[in-house]
Amino acid sequence: MLARARSWLDDRLGLSTIAEFASHKTVPVHRYSVFYYLGGMTLFFFLVQVCTGVLLMLYYRPSANEAFESVEFIMTVVPFGWLIRSIHSWSANLMVFFAVAHMVSVFFMKAYRAPRELTWASGALLLFLIMGFGFSGYLLPWNQLAFFATKVGTDIAGAVPFVGEWMVRFLRGGDRVSGGTLSRFYGWHVALLPAITTVILVVHLALVQVKGMSTPKVCDEEAKRRPPMKFFPHFALRDLSGWIFALGVLAALAALFPWELGEKADLFAPAYENIRPEWYFVFMFQTLKLVPGGEIFGLEYEAIPIMLFGAAGLLLVLIPFLDRGAQRTGRRSKKGWTLGGVAALLFALGMTCWGYASLLPLYVVLISGLLLSLLAFITRGSRNPEGR
Amino acid sequence: MDGSAPLPRRRFLNWFLGTSVGALMAAIIYPIARFASPPRIPEATTNQVEAGDVSDAAFAQKGFKIIRFGAEPVILLKAAEGEYRAFSATCTHLDCIVGFQKDRSRIFCNCHGGAYDLNGRNVSGPPPRPLVPYKVNLVAKGSEPAKIVVSKA
Repeated sequence: MLARARSWLDDRLGLSTIAEFASHKTVPVHRYSVFYYLGGMTLFFFLVQVCTGVLLMLYYRPSANEAFESVEFIMTVVPFGWLIRSIHSWSANLMVFFAVAHMVSVFFMKAYRAPRELTWASGALLLFLIMGFGFSGYLLPWNQLAFFATKVGTDIAGAVPFVGEWMVRFLRGGDRVSGGTLSRFYGWHVALLPAITTVILVVHLALVQVKGMSTPKVCDEEAKRRPPMKFFPHFALRDLSGWIFALGVLAALAALFPWELGEKADLFAPAYENIRPEWYFVFMFQTLKLVPGGEIFGLEYEAIPIMLFGAAGLLLVLIPFLDRGAQRTGRRSKKGWTLGGVAALLFALGMTCWGYASLLPLYVVLISGLLLSLLAFITRGSRNPEGR
Repeated sequence: MDGSAPLPRRRFLNWFLGTSVGALMAAIIYPIARFASPPRIPEATTNQVEAGDVSDAAFAQKGFKIIRFGAEPVILLKAAEGEYRAFSATCTHLDCIVGFQKDRSRIFCNCHGGAYDLNGRNVSGPPPRPLVPYKVNLVAKGSEPAKIVVSKA
């Protein structure tokens, strides 16, 4: 009976072809294999976002008069509402963190080199989409931070030459940040961005499947010596145990450090002291703080860092097409891009520490690096489950 | 058939189909783009608002308050005894709402640390321009505390 159902489905869906393809998929084994789990971890947090986001939509109301109250209702009246919302906020931050960690590891392993340029470009777009989710998401509770972050964030678009003013009005749904802005951001957060993200994510994952995982040049020999690991079931099961561990951490964080709601947005109150955007925007925020007021050739100074950040974003997408020496190894390899990456990271980290007036961001990076190195060290000689 | 005749016809058809598809796309995209751009809604113009009287506790505590000038936030501050000034409360840097630091007698924006003096001039931090000034009139009536009237300069 079961066999018949299976063959019926197989005839129509071609399941055996997919299973055949999956059974051949392997993951290279070498001392840096642990970095292959970062992308999957990002995917896990994305899935958590989808599930908790759908749940929050059951009670959330996107209007200036009701948004704050509805989130308050979720947090105080709805059973487990505090948990669901806290998980959504924590998971959002962890998703950004792992997406960045994934990107950094891929960058330094030069996994973007041919033929994986498009995998990188789609990944960079996904990072921007994630930041778009973050930005549109934290307006939704309609609290003071949301209000000012959105005022500033949308006003920044005004620095774009020629179309700036139109963009500000487009983003705000009018001249000011108001209830109209909330409707727009809600639509983008729950419909437009998820739709675009799903398409690009499918492309990204399909490319990873089709092209396979890249082996860093320095591990070429090692990866040839050591037999690769089968994706199904061995790598997938390891991924899954990581996910279960991450779920535990997420639940603990959400329960022990519930996400604050703050005060309701007041359109006629000064910004409060030490107002600051989410951590992943702090390096840009701090840079904007440092640029003095002034004008050069009719261009306000503040527009300069804004346009530079825009250019840096474009550069990020185009790295694989610009780094022509990525295929070289040993003495012929060029270090320029790697050094540039290190400089960019140090800049972002330094600005973040400055923005918080604290070394905590540095410690977080050091501890994460240490943990990953430790994991890489522990698993460096792990034997392949195939038994060799 | 002499071989040259079908070519112009094919080119014509290609051109015709190409422009039709282009026109179809334009006919779809144009209304969507216009729909997504928010319409300009004329706001009732405000020229003058009454902003309470000089006995308001806010002046004693913080030295200022933010008033609604139509949809615009306007900062009304007490510069000295009997002297009140008003400026647009919208920071000229990136649109935050400014406050007043009584102890340092300066207008300050907490978002990016922009500072203005009591004349609304941008004196430090990122703001590129001074704050737009508003006119303040005190209307005294008998022994009651004087009313503050803010109007466009």
